[in-house]
Amino acid sequence: MTTATLQAAPQPRPLTKPTYLADGKTIRSWLLTTDHKRIAILYMISITLFFFIGGAAATMMRLELLTPQGDLVTSETYNKLFTIHGVVMVWFFLIPSIPTVLGNFLVPLMIGARDVAFPKLNLASWYLFMAGGAFAVFSIITGGVDTGWTFYTPYSSTYANGHVIAMATGIFIAGFGSIATGLNFIVTIHKMRAPGLTWFRLPMFIWTIYTTSLILVLATPVLAITLTLMALERAFGVGIFNPAMGGDPLLFQHLFWFYSHPAVYIMILPGMGVVSELIPCFARKQMFGYRFVAYATVAIGVFGFLVWGHHMFVSSQSIYAGMIFSILSFAVSVPSAIKVFNWTATLYKGSIRFQTPMLYALGFVGLFTIGGLTGLFLACLAVDVHVHDTYFVIAHFHYIMVGGMVMGYLGGLHFWWPKITGRLYPERLAKLSAVTIFLGFNLTFFPQFILGYLGMPRRYPVYAPEFQVLNVFSTAGASILAVGYVLPLAYLLWSLRWGRVAGPNPWQATGLEWTTSSPPPTDNFEKTPIVTEGPYAYDAQAAEAELEAGHA
Amino acid sequence: MNEPSARTYLFTGIALLAFLGLTIAAAYVNLGPLNTGVAMAISFAKGALIVLFFMHIRYSKPILWVFVGAGFFWLGIMLVLAMSDYMSRGWN
Repeated sequence: MTTATLQAAPQPRPLTKPTYLADGKTIRSWLLTTDHKRIAILYMISITLFFFIGGAAATMMRLELLTPQGDLVTSETYNKLFTIHGVVMVWFFLIPSIPTVLGNFLVPLMIGARDVAFPKLNLASWYLFMAGGAFAVFSIITGGVDTGWTFYTPYSSTYANGHVIAMATGIFIAGFGSIATGLNFIVTIHKMRAPGLTWFRLPMFIWTIYTTSLILVLATPVLAITLTLMALERAFGVGIFNPAMGGDPLLFQHLFWFYSHPAVYIMILPGMGVVSELIPCFARKQMFGYRFVAYATVAIGVFGFLVWGHHMFVSSQSIYAGMIFSILSFAVSVPSAIKVFNWTATLYKGSIRFQTPMLYALGFVGLFTIGGLTGLFLACLAVDVHVHDTYFVIAHFHYIMVGGMVMGYLGGLHFWWPKITGRLYPERLAKLSAVTIFLGFNLTFFPQFILGYLGMPRRYPVYAPEFQVLNVFSTAGASILAVGYVLPLAYLLWSLRWGRVAGPNPWQATGLEWTTSSPPPTDNFEKTPIVTEGPYAYDAQAAEAELEAGHA
Repeated sequence: MNEPSARTYLFTGIALLAFLGLTIAAAYVNLGPLNTGVAMAISFAKGALIVLFFMHIRYSKPILWVFVGAGFFWLGIMLVLAMSDYMSRGWN
């Protein structure tokens, strides 16, 4: 047996300390924990609740859109539904999902550390997140907000009814949780890597979390300032965005999108990181062009800050600025394409296994590619005029957010579930749910590309009768998608008690997190690991030979 | 590196209050096209004092200077690209 094989599937020492799950059973031990793994679980439960709140709003919208008439809810309620859906999904599910759940659980484990750099700040981040969520839920329960998740002025600052300031306060507070989490990860990755774990030996997931953290720290304060200015105008009549008071409404859009476009990369980069872990593992191959993928990750983070004006092509923004933003938006597709090509090249001549996490990873690559390519349509000034504010845009960003990010999250959740809980989920049911989600997703959102191209505007409950067939397809797809989302909730919970015991490394994966027991002890490792090689030391030929021997 | 003394904090605080007074005074004097420039210069001086002394960057390792520099660079990106809109609106 070679040294490489030994390092690819290391065996943990027998446990002498309790697992992190057994280290305290009281509610207090959970609510006051500073263990990054327990905080990850707190986030997992919280964002799942928010996902179902946002999902409930989406369900109501899709039901309303079954018929062209506004016969289920009033237009005002519909406005509130899409606002709730957007705000909750963006700020309380998508942005925190992979970084705070998988990131919190895995960053210290993957770099061979005992915890993050600032464990108490980590817990404080969760409390900030929950406090922000409480404000958001308060504003929903007490009447809602109808501005859309973008809070465009002067509507939000002057004319909108509802609890705009409470909702903005919730986002403001949760934003500080994001900043603190980002800061924590940056310091952790800089300062706490195990001996021998150089930057180019880091798993790609760490590169993506690092870049995401930089974006969180650099962009989120701008959102906080922007929402504060909007609230100042709304509450005290300070003229900043309202032209009637000497303000400029486009200033709001510039500031808002300076945060919110990079926020797209906050959402998608960690998903890319998960996929970069899954594909080498389930193709049993080294990642193709590791360094290029790492550079592409950072490049996406940087370019992501330079493209926000493509959200404003028809806003009366100067056409010359539009041209600059259009060119820069095309440029950001280059590093994204590098990633897709490198994942594909990693599959080439691999020993591919179609287990559940791999199904999600492959789904991610296909759906993200469709989402990315349709983004180029929108980056094109002339085409954007035609499809702006139509269902084409809705379909495009759902292919990125749901087809990309949610697939990445679920793939990662399945991949690391045995590490998190020590149990295996039922594989067949999990595969069924992955396929259901893929099919349901496409049936929901592909018709929306056509609807948008044909001219159906977003954000209206009433539409022209000729759009009904495609809307019925979309709603049917949404119900299949919903089944696909409920299934994992059910069988993952089931597996906590009845799932087979996973063992330390059920996927025969590389990476430091697989060298410790499942679930890991509170301190993660018995001894500080020493790293002597790069990530993804897989051998496809050996894996094939092993498979053949198994079938013989 | 040495931590700042209480005296340093006190002088920084006094300097900030002095700049605040200057801001108010400048608001009452019409300097024509210089109005914005003067107000921005005073703001920049106030910000620099806070970053250097209250935030301890003056006494920090070079890596923190890099991070602070990156922050200002990013602020620059925001201002320059946003100004690309405002400056070129009249060209249409």
